[in-house]
Amino acid sequence: MSARRRLCGISRIGAMALALAGLGRPLPARAEAGAGTVAITGARVVTLGAAGTIENGTVVIEDGRIRAVGRDVAIPAGARRVDAAGKVVTPGLFDSLSHLGVVEVSAVDETNDVAVKGRELSVAFDVADALNPRSQLLPVTRVEGVTGAVVAPVPSDSVFSGRGAAIRLTGPGDLVVRDPVAVFASLDEAGAKIAGGSRAADLERLREALADARDYARHRAEFERNDRRRYSLSRLDLEALQPVLRGELPLVVTAQRASDLEAALRLARDFHLELILAGAAEGWMVAGEIAAARVPVLLDPMANLPSAFERLGATLENAARLARAGVRIAFMSGEAHNSRNLRQGAGNAVAYGLPWEEAVKAMTLSPARIWGLERNQGTLEPGKEADLVVWDGDPLELQTAALHVFLRGREVPPTTRQTELRDRYKTLAGDLPPAYRKP
Amino acid sequence: MNERFRSALLLLALAAGGGCASAGTPPPATATASAPPPVAAPAAPAASPAAAHEPTAPPWTESAFPSTYRPIPPTLIRNAVVLTAAGGRGGERIDGGSVLLADGKVAAVGRDLQAPPGAVVVDAAGRWVTPGIIDIHSHLGVYASPEVAANADGNEITSPVTAEVWAEHSVWPQDPQFPLALAGGVTAMQILPGSANLIGGRSVTVKNVPATTVQAMKFPGAPYGLKMACGENPKRVYGGKGRAPSTRMGNVAGYREAWIKAENYRHKWDRYFAKKKRGEDAEVPERDLAMDTLIGVLDGDILVHNHCYRADEMAVMIDVAHEFGYKITAFHHAVESYKIADLLAKNDICSAMWADWWGFKMEALDGIRENIALVDHAGACAIVHSDSALGIQHLNQEAAKAMAAGNRMGFGITPERAIRWLTANPAKALGIAGRTGTLEPGKMADVVIWSGDPFSVYTRAEKVYVDGALLYDRGDPARQPRTDFELGGPALPAAAATAGGGR
Repeated sequence: MSARRRLCGISRIGAMALALAGLGRPLPARAEAGAGTVAITGARVVTLGAAGTIENGTVVIEDGRIRAVGRDVAIPAGARRVDAAGKVVTPGLFDSLSHLGVVEVSAVDETNDVAVKGRELSVAFDVADALNPRSQLLPVTRVEGVTGAVVAPVPSDSVFSGRGAAIRLTGPGDLVVRDPVAVFASLDEAGAKIAGGSRAADLERLREALADARDYARHRAEFERNDRRRYSLSRLDLEALQPVLRGELPLVVTAQRASDLEAALRLARDFHLELILAGAAEGWMVAGEIAAARVPVLLDPMANLPSAFERLGATLENAARLARAGVRIAFMSGEAHNSRNLRQGAGNAVAYGLPWEEAVKAMTLSPARIWGLERNQGTLEPGKEADLVVWDGDPLELQTAALHVFLRGREVPPTTRQTELRDRYKTLAGDLPPAYRKP
Repeated sequence: MNERFRSALLLLALAAGGGCASAGTPPPATATASAPPPVAAPAAPAASPAAAHEPTAPPWTESAFPSTYRPIPPTLIRNAVVLTAAGGRGGERIDGGSVLLADGKVAAVGRDLQAPPGAVVVDAAGRWVTPGIIDIHSHLGVYASPEVAANADGNEITSPVTAEVWAEHSVWPQDPQFPLALAGGVTAMQILPGSANLIGGRSVTVKNVPATTVQAMKFPGAPYGLKMACGENPKRVYGGKGRAPSTRMGNVAGYREAWIKAENYRHKWDRYFAKKKRGEDAEVPERDLAMDTLIGVLDGDILVHNHCYRADEMAVMIDVAHEFGYKITAFHHAVESYKIADLLAKNDICSAMWADWWGFKMEALDGIRENIALVDHAGACAIVHSDSALGIQHLNQEAAKAMAAGNRMGFGITPERAIRWLTANPAKALGIAGRTGTLEPGKMADVVIWSGDPFSVYTRAEKVYVDGALLYDRGDPARQPRTDFELGGPALPAAAATAGGGR
């Protein structure tokens, strides 16, 4: 409790300092204190729960959670009303593989914490420890309706890139929802290069690491006495693999080529892992096997370029074909700055055959299930945390905007560094410097 | 016979009405060669005037083997929402509109067009029709897929000024990214060298037609461009090699030194020709490929396409251009154009921009969604570009996002206006606006039929015509070009390929 208070204090001082420097705009401290009661009325409510989609529906938010959803819902006295007639309400969108909060300017190394060089630290590298809750990217992303994300590491010198976390795009204090949420590994061209130039070496390194971690778990005492063979990983890394071996923590394997996806499925079967596939450009070619193994797939539905030999089968229909085969899919941006374009990818997936509701689910309910967050997230149902968005139209359409974004029942301020830039320059006044212009 | 003769005359008349633009330009052989007449329509054979009943010439001059060559029959697209991209800055929209394509040209645009005999009639009810999309910033062919080192031919990173290189000498026509762009409605593009160098070399403008040689793709008569680059890339690349430029001021010194050299080169040739004119002996100056290109810029024949992110750097580049008397046609990327949109309008410089890329490097930090709309609103020339083999497939979607951002500011940007960012404006900046970029009689018949409003995420290009030839048809797998590279590739499920159209 005291630690929490201390963090809050830091956050306020930090917020003031940043605001003075013109650099940051974390959520106002005031909003943190009292999450009031809100009633969103008259909307088309896409619950993704048992109630389905409700026309002219009301959502009541209280104490950060959804209290009621329906057509005839009593609105508590004193509730703030948001008239959403003709609007659409969905759960907040979730980017299943991003680098939000761990990079500010990609090419400025000092601001980029996504990867670790060398092999001393691999599985245990937890990119969440580098999270910056005051990152400018969080407001820029959340005002467009992305409320949650998995923050993943990027491979550098090890076939295991490390661990990542699930976050809510708030600010200081309650950013991290689950950490670690998964261990990340590569079984692709990048991984093969890291492993010494061959996919076979990549796979062997993954097997060796898992076998070593299993052996280590059975012989910790001997290891501590320095009475056990040398392992391929450090003690920290071996420890970090334990929940993966127990099937408690998923292993996310990035793979693109059909044969690599099959290899990942075999690896997971051999070691009884909770596997999640990421990328999966050629996933549709082995969709039946992936579905049979009940392995979910994280993908960017727009990634259709044959930009590598492992992606020759890439297609805009990947999402639709995987879903048709019964694979649970979730959408990922694989980046940070334009994580906000996740819904454009979803719209394209629909244009290429995915049913509309499946596309929305791939950014809401499916990631909640895949990442084990379903108790609190993923649908608009009573009891869930109120991460939701009021859209001025079809959320998958390019010209639709997020009008109101709620995170745990608190509305997100609409101002970001980008809206400030826009407002500063929307009227150009010749050679006068901005300081001499009216705001 | 008479009837046939009449229709042949009609076709000739259409061709003549099709405009003087065609006079000096034979129909691009590539387009017609790669797209045989799409249907066995009962079109008139090109009747030879010599084939008359009563001899008008000695019989031995008559051919016993008359030509059966038939040009592509005219195509009438009707019942569509037509965005012509013409009609000035506001654009033009024709509901229930028709577009007639004949002899490779737009023959007519209007409401109640009649199909000429033999025409293919496309009922486009519920569909939208626009000019073909033109991407002013592409590296297709020079950075081909797969992105292996052997295919990386876009940056001659050996000297900061490589005006002597020509992008067309790197273009691989079998890059599978070309047909993907075609499926996105892209009918022409400028392929540029990369931005590692201060002066990266000549660009080439191509028509997006399947071909085995780059020559067969080159847009006939299009002016060349010169790629220049500001900012981080040149200084990082050469600073990293321990040589100039390593700073932005080093960059500017590099451009100015190059232009001074070009001026000296021209003086040498001027003196040579002056002496020759006076009948004096003169030594022929040594030819310099790089200087040839720079002189082309100073003479106004080659258009400058300047990669530049920051407003302050663009302003410096405008002064460099004034110093040496050349014109910057377009700033590319231009993520801060919104800060100096008035200056750009005053200097008649286009900005080729992304809808929302930002933050991937320091000079891109101030990118905002409203950039394109703000530039347009200030009366400057706005272009949506891709610089991406992925983005080029969805330029209509990028424009839609930019339009929406502007409309949230109350600009009231209509589809007929926004389409100009993808067609008429890039055509202007490429020096081909008299030939393509709008649906007006006499323009090349570069046309896209969209399944609906092109600014919806659900809309896809259904049919794409280049010079009147149907090069892409989403409903017909046989008319979805595949490069040599793609042969033997993963077979798409047949049903899906028909319905979805490939990748």
